[in-house]
Amino acid sequence: MKMTVLTLLAALTAPMAHALEYQTVLPKQSSIGFEFRQMGVPVKGGFKRFTTQMVFDPAKPEAARAQIEIDLASIDAGSPEADEESAGKLWFNRSVYPKATFVSSQIRVLGNNRYEMRGTLTLKGRSREMAVPVSYVPGKNDANFDGGFVLKRLDFGIGEGMWADVATVANEVQVRFRIAATGN
Amino acid sequence: MNAVMRYSTPAIVLHWLIALLIFAGFPLGLYMVDLPLSPDKLKLYSYHKWIGITVLMLAAIRLSWRLTHTPPPLPDRVAAWQRHASAIVHGLLYLLMIAIPLSGWLMSSAKGFQTVWFGVLPLPDLIGKDKALGELLAEVHKILNFTLLGLVVLHVGAALQHHFIERQPFLQRMGWGKKEPT
Repeated sequence: MKMTVLTLLAALTAPMAHALEYQTVLPKQSSIGFEFRQMGVPVKGGFKRFTTQMVFDPAKPEAARAQIEIDLASIDAGSPEADEESAGKLWFNRSVYPKATFVSSQIRVLGNNRYEMRGTLTLKGRSREMAVPVSYVPGKNDANFDGGFVLKRLDFGIGEGMWADVATVANEVQVRFRIAATGN
Repeated sequence: MNAVMRYSTPAIVLHWLIALLIFAGFPLGLYMVDLPLSPDKLKLYSYHKWIGITVLMLAAIRLSWRLTHTPPPLPDRVAAWQRHASAIVHGLLYLLMIAIPLSGWLMSSAKGFQTVWFGVLPLPDLIGKDKALGELLAEVHKILNFTLLGLVVLHVGAALQHHFIERQPFLQRMGWGKKEPT
C-alpha cells in the first residue's frame, strides 16, 4: 500500500515538477516605454537596452522573482536634443548613475493572471519601494508579462533645478513594459 | 467726390490681428530655434505654435470673408502694373498665411510632438514621426517665412509709398486714422 501511495504522489507531483517555469527572457519582444506631458503635449519615449532576469512559475507565483537593469544611455526621450539633455546632472546624471535597476521583493496574486509585484526601483542613487501591477499573458511557447505604473520623476530627482517646474514637464511619467519570456 | 474707400470692419480687424500675430510669431521663431534646451525654450516653442495655429484659423476665416466680400477698388491713379503686382502679392500673402502655419504643424508632427493649441486642444498628427521629413519641413517652414518677410516688405512699402509719396489716403483703407471728410 505504501508503495501505491508513493506512486500516486509521484504521479501527481510529476507534472508540477515539469510545469513551465519562465526564465529565459526574449529581449527583442520585450520593451520599456514611457510617456509624459510637456506643455500639455504627450511625449513618448523608451529604453532600447535593458537586461531582465526572472523566474516565474504560474503554479508558484509567490516564488517569482524579477530583476531589471536599464542602460540609461539607450534612452529615446522623444527627440535627439532631449536624449542628450537627459544625460546631464539635472536629469539622470548618467556619468555617475549609468543604470536604473528594479529588484522585486514580493509577488501577490490578484487573480485572473494578474499580480502585484513589489520591489525597489533605484534611479539616480535613490531607491523607492513600489508596487507594480503585472499581467501574465501566456502564449504558445512564450508568455508576456505586461505592466505599467506612474513614476513621479521628482521622487528620484529626475529633472532638478530649472526642470523641477512641473508646469513645463509634468512630474508624472507613465511607464509601460512588456517582458517576454520562454520556459527553460 | 473724394470718399475714402475702406475695407469692411471684419476684414480690417482680421488684417491687423493677423499682422500683430505674425509680427510676434516671426521673431519668436527666429529667436527660439537656437536656444539651448530649457523649460523656457519649451514654453516659447509652445507659444509660437499657439500663435501659428491662431493665425491659421484667423486666416481661414479671413480668406472665406475675402472670397465673399469685394474689397474697395484701388484709386484710379494706381498704375495697371501696380494693380497686377498688388493682386499677386495679396494672393501670395493669403497663401502663406495658410501654408506657413500648416508647414509648422506638419513639422511638429514629423518631429514627434503633437501640437496642442493653448495646451488644451490637441490637433491631430496628420503625418507620423519621421526624422528626415521633419528636417525637410523645417527647411520648407523657414523658406516660406523668409518669402513672407520679403512680401510683407513689398506690401508695407507699397502702402506707405501710395500714402506718403503719392499722397493718396491709402492707409485709411485698412482703418488707419480718421475717415477723411467726403
